[in-house]
Amino acid sequence: MTATEMLAAMEAGTTTSETLVRGCLERIEKLDSDIGAFLSVREDAALSAAREIDQRRSDGKPIVALAGVPIAIKDLICIQDEITSCGSKMLANYRPPFNATVIEKLIAADAVLIGRTNMDEFAMGSSTENSALKLTRNPWDVSKAPGGSSGGSAACVAADMVPISLGTDTGGSIRQPASFCGISGLKPTYGRVSRFGLVAFASSLDQIGPFAKTAEDLSLVLDVIAGHDARDSTSSPQAGIKSKDLLGKSPQGLRIGRIKECLDGGVQSAVSQAIESACQEFAKQGAEIVDVSLPHLEYGVSTYYVVATCEASGNLARYDGAHFGHRSNDATTLAELYETSRSEGFGAEVKRRIMLGTYALSAGYYDAYYNKALKVRRLIRDDYRNAFQKVDCLIGPTSPTTAFALGERTSDPLAMYLSDVYTVLANLAGIPAISIPCGFDENNLPIGLQLQGPAYADAELLQTAALYQGVTDWHVRRPA
Amino acid sequence: MDLDIETVKKVAQLAKLKISDTEAEQFRVQLTAVLDHINHLERLDTESVEPLANVGDLTNALRSDSVTPSLAREAALQNAPKQDGDHLLVPPVFASEQK
Amino acid sequence: MTKAKTANDSASKPPYRVVIGLEVHVQLRTKSKLFCGCSTEFGAPANTQTCPVCLGLPGALPVLNSQAIELAMTAALALNCNIPELTKWDRKNYFYPDLPKGYQISQFDLPISEHGYLAISDSKDRFQPKRVGITRAHLEEDAGKSMHDESHGSSDTCIDLNRTGTPLLEIVSEPDMSSSAEAKAYLTELRLLLTYLDVSDCNMQEGSLRVDANVNLHIDQDGRTIATPIVEVKNMNSFRAVERALDYEVERQYAAWQRDGLELGQTPKVTRGWDDGKQETYEQRSKEESSDYRYFPDPDLIPLTISRSEVERVQAAIGERPAELRERLEKTYEIPAYDADVIVNQGRPVVNYFEAVAQDSGDGKRSSNWIQQDVLRTLNEHQLTIEQFPISSQNLAALIKEIQAGKLDSTRAKDVFQVMFDDKLELKAAKDKLGIVAVDANELDELCESLLDANPAVIADVKAGKQQAVGALIGQAKQKNPNVNPGLVRSRLLELIAKRD
Repeated sequence: MTATEMLAAMEAGTTTSETLVRGCLERIEKLDSDIGAFLSVREDAALSAAREIDQRRSDGKPIVALAGVPIAIKDLICIQDEITSCGSKMLANYRPPFNATVIEKLIAADAVLIGRTNMDEFAMGSSTENSALKLTRNPWDVSKAPGGSSGGSAACVAADMVPISLGTDTGGSIRQPASFCGISGLKPTYGRVSRFGLVAFASSLDQIGPFAKTAEDLSLVLDVIAGHDARDSTSSPQAGIKSKDLLGKSPQGLRIGRIKECLDGGVQSAVSQAIESACQEFAKQGAEIVDVSLPHLEYGVSTYYVVATCEASGNLARYDGAHFGHRSNDATTLAELYETSRSEGFGAEVKRRIMLGTYALSAGYYDAYYNKALKVRRLIRDDYRNAFQKVDCLIGPTSPTTAFALGERTSDPLAMYLSDVYTVLANLAGIPAISIPCGFDENNLPIGLQLQGPAYADAELLQTAALYQGVTDWHVRRPA
Repeated sequence: MDLDIETVKKVAQLAKLKISDTEAEQFRVQLTAVLDHINHLERLDTESVEPLANVGDLTNALRSDSVTPSLAREAALQNAPKQDGDHLLVPPVFASEQK
Repeated sequence: MTKAKTANDSASKPPYRVVIGLEVHVQLRTKSKLFCGCSTEFGAPANTQTCPVCLGLPGALPVLNSQAIELAMTAALALNCNIPELTKWDRKNYFYPDLPKGYQISQFDLPISEHGYLAISDSKDRFQPKRVGITRAHLEEDAGKSMHDESHGSSDTCIDLNRTGTPLLEIVSEPDMSSSAEAKAYLTELRLLLTYLDVSDCNMQEGSLRVDANVNLHIDQDGRTIATPIVEVKNMNSFRAVERALDYEVERQYAAWQRDGLELGQTPKVTRGWDDGKQETYEQRSKEESSDYRYFPDPDLIPLTISRSEVERVQAAIGERPAELRERLEKTYEIPAYDADVIVNQGRPVVNYFEAVAQDSGDGKRSSNWIQQDVLRTLNEHQLTIEQFPISSQNLAALIKEIQAGKLDSTRAKDVFQVMFDDKLELKAAKDKLGIVAVDANELDELCESLLDANPAVIADVKAGKQQAVGALIGQAKQKNPNVNPGLVRSRLLELIAKRD
């Protein structure tokens, strides 16, 4: 059942939130030992919240947007006094004394928080294999990676443990796992959703967004979590259109740009064929498909890895064993405390990125790396601005390949980074992007289609995705 | 480009990461590969391009100067690895500098 | 007026020039911190004024305090700085236990203000008036406090993060000062300016003003100028300490240069701490990575644009600055520059008191004298502020009027002043308590005549040209009637003697 269907069923009185939550808990109980999507499950808290909401509903009290709908939360979004580990040994016992803004909004909307999902440590990774706490498997094929870094949030929706979840996307961490797991995932425009309470990886790129099975459900969640937040200076005061207002209306005169650079080699043939079929489908629905160019696409990964690691090197300096998080027992001096706590608390990928960012910012290299990357970042944003002069949105693959095997890329960081080639650009440009299922490869692994739109066109993007889902059924297929 | 092992160790020192010689060598190889890739940015002429640090193009997010409640001390210290009820405790600053 | 000599003009003129630049950090007088709503009140129990933002907890985000901008702009404009249209925030990365985020939010390449100056002069003319350039004044967040105390049996350092995130304005001067006296004058004037503008309370004991000094020597030798290595001096907890540390450092550097001949650029920059007990500087271990802070724009914050109309508004709201005030007091109340300097340097409340007394009494110079001598001495002796001083400006003005009118001599006036202070009495009540009543002309004449009758020798002496002989009678007159004015007695006696044959 989708969240929208659940709300309708509760409204019709054919089910209750408690029943739905129990159903989720049973699915988790049954499947998660194989999948490993959850780091913790809030069984008692979720059931008591569900009962309370059911009571309110039966008392005829006002019902809010997500009343009684179960949702899973990526483990780097702060929930007050509950462990928020970020998939790291560093924060394995860390309990924030405050709620993230999105958590406050979900609670206000009466969503039922089911549990915390696994992720690459501090959101650094594309396979969730960098979690220090757990291995997550792809529900379509347990030998495959679920994608990352929000692998847990994608896998639990794909395996029908929950209808919706929250992830975060810094360079594709929502869209790529959505693609690998055959579900829908939205990275909103930078600044649409407050980052307050989101543990930072790269502040200028991070954005919280939803996973769901349909664009309609994504829209439901986005409307709850989006909005200006005075606690986040980068939160945009520009109010976007409520996305549900556009759903169901057919976009008129839709022009879709096919990204030329994504048609070149390096893309798995099943993936490019599926994108091509999707273009034809859109054309059948009356959209005009034109080829557009993003001339600096090939520089995206480099630009991204400089910007993201530089910011991360600063953001992760606070984990020093002195103030919170893991403290080494093997230190007698302060200098040792810093070095041993950080070395014990962080995994290899996190260290690698901190090293890269530290190097790129160090004396003599700032201009060659960080400043250069910021300049190319502008070129990339300008590419998009030019493209959106001609078209309403862009179409292309989310990832060059379908889900790769667990262990396949862990020894080659660069190969792992390069698989983010199509997703990092939207973060660099700050624009909304969505991944929706558009087919399967020869191994029955899902293929994801990425749609990208201009800043603040999140609603229009969801409308376009909904149009596609209205005439295709890829998104309703479930793993065996 | 070739990162030398001394640079790798210096960067680890700046980042306060304790790394073994084996790890240093591993980082050297991996980071060299990544930097080699990144260096293709040099091909782009960005002489007249302004760096873009704030993608949202926003300015002036300000709050008024009003005091809001602080955390209770217990909550403020709840995640401290070591504390005495009043203060966070860390090993002496100066001993480390005398190392 | 003779021009006093500067230190370098003295008999044994040293063969070098001293070059001093100062970095001053002042805490701005905001109610809440720079990037969060925690109180900045000094003296709260440890770790009770923190929140996720100033604790640097994962996920917490900074939001800029508008009043910090207002105060920084006020200070910057008063220091004749330019305020650019765009300013931004950068992270200064280093690890320290009083810095929970592992970086300090500061300003690197686009500070909120730059290129100003502060005029300094010395009322005793120990140096020529000059303008000390201000390189820049930028905003940043303060760190917490680490305390090391082995007395409670633990070898751990205690961290209190109450101060973390308090807004600081770092004011960096050009190396324009050439003596410790100039450095002290700069600091004194800066503190005065910032307290007049209510930008900071500049309390060194509470750490709301902190000074670091950069100093070296320019030595002329064989037709070329040699610069000695620049030393940064820290840990100076009073202006007096700054003066002494600089004097010490100048001598030490000259001696060191004579010994090792090292010049600027031949050694890494050294930091030395001032030991107030030993009255000497000592070399501090340089932080290994201190030279590589890896500044980059803070992605959690957005730039700040400041419109020209904002700048004009703040500029217009700036009150009289101390330098302008000195000039006005000098002109309006016809007092010497020295007096204006002393009064202005006492701070705004004393100036207000002075102006009230001078206006009420109509006698600026006498008001100035009374305030400088009697009021300030009394405040000092009793550790009072002018607001706590029991003699109102109206009462002091009334006292001065009586002196002007010849109704009180200065000795009696001081007695009255003392009683007004001790017993918190109004002028009339104080006079009554001292039994002071006006002596009318008849009374005075009677007294003088009776004294002359009893002392014919004095009359003879005066007639013989020894006018000072009346002095003996003035004392007797005061004994017979303490309320008589000695000046009036003297002149009346001389008049009456002249009338006698």
